[in-house]
Amino acid sequence: MIFTLKIWRQKDAADKGGLVTYNVDDISPDSSFFEMLDQLNQHLIAQGVDPVSFDHDCREGICGTCSLYINGRPHGPLKGTTTCQLHMRSFRNGETIFVEPWRCGAFPVIKDLIVDRSAFDRIIQAGGYVSVNSGGIPDANTIPVPKSDSDASFDAAACIGCGACVASCPNASAMLFVSAKVSHLALLPQGRIEAARRVQNMVATMDSLGFGNCSNAYACEAECPKEISVTNIARMNREFLAAKLFAEKEKQISVSL
Amino acid sequence: MINLKAGAPTVPLAEQWSSYKAGCKLVNPNNKRKLDIIVVGTGLAGASAAATLGQLGYNVKAFCYQDTPRRAHSIAAQGGINAAKNYQNDGDNVFRLFYDTVKGGDYRARESNVYRLASISPEIIDLCVAQGVPFAREYGGLLANRSFGGTQVSRTFYARGQTGQQLLIGAYSALSRQIAEGAVKLYNRRDILDVVLVDGKARGVIARNLVTGEIERHAAHAVVLATGGYGNVFYLSTNAMGSNVTPAWSAYKKGALFANPCFTQIHPTCIPVHGEFQSKLTLMSESLRNDGRIWVPLDKEDVEKLRQKKIQPEDIPESKRDYYLERRYPAFGNLVPRDVASRAAKERCDAGYGVSSTGLAVYLDFSDAINRLGREAIAARYGNLFQMYEQIVADNPYKTPMMIYPAVHYTMGGLWVDYELMTTVPGLYAIGECNFSDHGANRLGASALMQGLADGYFVLPYTISGYLSGEIHTPPISTSLPEFEAAVKSVSERLAGLKNSSGKESVDHFHRKLGKIMWEYCGMSRNEAGLQKALSLIEELKAEFAADVRIPGGLKEYNPELEKAWRVQDFIELGELMVRDALQRKESCGGHFREEYQTPDGEALRNDDEFAFVGAWEYKGVGSAPALTKEELQFEAVIPSQRSYK
Ligand SMILES: Cc1cc2nc3c(=O)[nH]c(=O)nc-3n(C[C@H](O)[C@H](O)[C@H](O)COP(=O)(O)OP(=O)(O)OC[C@H]3O[C@@H](n4cnc5c(N)ncnc54)[C@H](O)[C@@H]3O)c2cc1C
Ligand code: SF4
Ligand code: FES
Repeated sequence: MIFTLKIWRQKDAADKGGLVTYNVDDISPDSSFFEMLDQLNQHLIAQGVDPVSFDHDCREGICGTCSLYINGRPHGPLKGTTTCQLHMRSFRNGETIFVEPWRCGAFPVIKDLIVDRSAFDRIIQAGGYVSVNSGGIPDANTIPVPKSDSDASFDAAACIGCGACVASCPNASAMLFVSAKVSHLALLPQGRIEAARRVQNMVATMDSLGFGNCSNAYACEAECPKEISVTNIARMNREFLAAKLFAEKEKQISVSL
Repeated sequence: MINLKAGAPTVPLAEQWSSYKAGCKLVNPNNKRKLDIIVVGTGLAGASAAATLGQLGYNVKAFCYQDTPRRAHSIAAQGGINAAKNYQNDGDNVFRLFYDTVKGGDYRARESNVYRLASISPEIIDLCVAQGVPFAREYGGLLANRSFGGTQVSRTFYARGQTGQQLLIGAYSALSRQIAEGAVKLYNRRDILDVVLVDGKARGVIARNLVTGEIERHAAHAVVLATGGYGNVFYLSTNAMGSNVTPAWSAYKKGALFANPCFTQIHPTCIPVHGEFQSKLTLMSESLRNDGRIWVPLDKEDVEKLRQKKIQPEDIPESKRDYYLERRYPAFGNLVPRDVASRAAKERCDAGYGVSSTGLAVYLDFSDAINRLGREAIAARYGNLFQMYEQIVADNPYKTPMMIYPAVHYTMGGLWVDYELMTTVPGLYAIGECNFSDHGANRLGASALMQGLADGYFVLPYTISGYLSGEIHTPPISTSLPEFEAAVKSVSERLAGLKNSSGKESVDHFHRKLGKIMWEYCGMSRNEAGLQKALSLIEELKAEFAADVRIPGGLKEYNPELEKAWRVQDFIELGELMVRDALQRKESCGGHFREEYQTPDGEALRNDDEFAFVGAWEYKGVGSAPALTKEELQFEAVIPSQRSYK
């Protein structure tokens, strides 16, 4: 197969960057999208040109390292698929393919197609955990968990932290990512104890890091490679409201005391 | 020669760990605050260690090469994690898990470490559940289990086909909590290129900031390596693209012994290779062997027709199928250990019965299970794996059998460690896949996750305190010591040398070549002549690399080619050590199959009289052969016998 590629090249964070055109041929339809880029890079290296930098690691759709807008869509054309799992058979022979980095203020470009997503780590640090220490834990079967709750929690926990939800959102909102984490823990008895504090801290941190508001466009759900559901956003909003009411009540009680 | 002493307490096996803990020196909370620990790696082993050490009050610095700790390759583990909980009441207990692990490892693991691992295993599950890991559950609300290769009980806990991901998110969240509390400082996108020794003790590391290219010095009272496995020495493997041996290799060059490097696990159920530009291989979890049956056609005519796509596998009647694992190993059938299953697939394909156009594939068939349990039940168990398979191969495994072939998956070898998980360099620890400790010559499925978390949450935090209790009077280590200067100089020179090379081939070119040599001569089966040949080919490859590699881009910038070049250089040297180790081990055991040593029916033939030892290699400098030191293995509780899964 042959393709024309229009790839975003940007030397570093300070550089303005722009699209550069490359042609590749002799691409097997069974090649993955990254194997196609590998082939391009081998040609560039042979010509002494700096190869295209892109983020990738597991190449099996689980680590969340890969990103890319492909023809304007995060992770390319297939539903429920990361870029690393995309194969060239999903494109037309001779097609022109646009390849660009995630674009949003909270994820600045590092080089070419690589962006800095450490804002997600900071959101998790704000409360995306259960505060237990390693040691002195009761037997795992002490607290039975209804299978349906556990399954729903798992569905939310399947988020790979790739950032496609932010990249697809007209407001660059991180609501899907944050709500997936909030739901994962809020649905389990182990996570309930800190649920109120967690949702408040995570949302506050999200707001402070420059992510936009959710205006219910739901592009995130459509583009999420793990098909995380927007019902998580609704759950998070409920959790958030409940936490706020609870906090106000607590305040009143302490005032009236 | 170094005298290798594991140093487990001299009390009966079952009492060793409690006896150790009872006698182990502790560090009081005030002093912990004054002690710095570097943890390299944030996979299950590293993240769990860093989180726990932070929780205990030490100052921890954690490093990873990815953009965030949550992406370490532990994330890719699919099948599950073992624990001797006996929730199924099927006869499991600590001794049985210990026994299965020693036997599965073909009697080349150290009993004391394995026993401790088995005895800690139940606690791991308790902790993970408390962290919010959504393990699979039964309708009654209690935890579910599945069975795995090499065992006859169901002791594997799992979270659909994404167990590693869920466990790592658990460890990552514990780590994030410690980062938020200021106990752990995170350094992401850092490549650790050297370990620094001061007066013979590990005191720091040299890192390259992958974004800026800057060379950084980091000092500490102790250094923990948790950098994963080195399967990428084969170029194609199920490891992540960035998985590497570099930190462990630099430790080896600084005096840490490297044990059993030739013990590599070739996993039986991976998606076969499709072409020259393939960059990695994808595992299909071993758990699939619970419900899938492995077969090839009995007749070569059918094989031919299949290869030419004149017939479909479904067209071949039962009577003309060879379920070769069930035929050869009736007691364990499709659930024999990995090494046995892999070799049996190779044997059939070498004999001309392989089914894909390349001749290098066998079928893994779910039709019986789907007929018996229904499509829904199979989808619930393996849905995401089936989906992954379909995405890669464009075939529907609900309808037609999967095609699979063995691929490099795990490395049992690694840095030699004692009972305390310390290498032969004082203050330098190795945990998780990067040490050699628990799996002997073959790892049982679902035991690596268990080991990584046991090491990080429960073992290292105790054992390191013994060492650090002797360091409470050592002030913070200065990074301007001459040893740091020298390390920075040598790292910078090597980087500059790579950058200035004026050849014309890319790094991948050499990596691919190395992979072919290793797979051909030091892969699923090995022999003297082939290994000798590999030695000379690797020697040539080293020279070619030096003369002909080309690395575009600069030193002080994001430069993935430069990263890879350093790693591949280390892999080439490691490849040589693996071949030497395979040559030295004149027996077959576990993943190490020497063609000269097999039983008449093709099973591995161990030689316990001469080779019941851990082979640990000592670096002797450029141009000198490394020296082999042996840690003799004593078996008290499990008497070695020929493994039989028949
Ligand atoms: C596809 C697959 C499936 C598997 N399935 C199972 C399973 O079902 N059950 C099971 O028990 N085991 C399984 N395993 C094995 C198991 O996942 C691994 O052995 C285990 O997770 C390794 O954990 P670790 O913490 O030692 O290393 P890793 O998780 O590999 O982490 C290595 C860490 O070291 C860091 N690092 C490495 N090099 C450098 C460097 N140069 N500089 C800085 N940092 C560095 C990385 O950034 C990373 O954080 C599987 C393995 C694979 C590949
Ligand atoms: S919610 Fe989906 S798109 Fe967003 S980070 Fe998680 S996996 Fe990626
Ligand atoms: S590279 Fe890991 S998810 Fe794509």
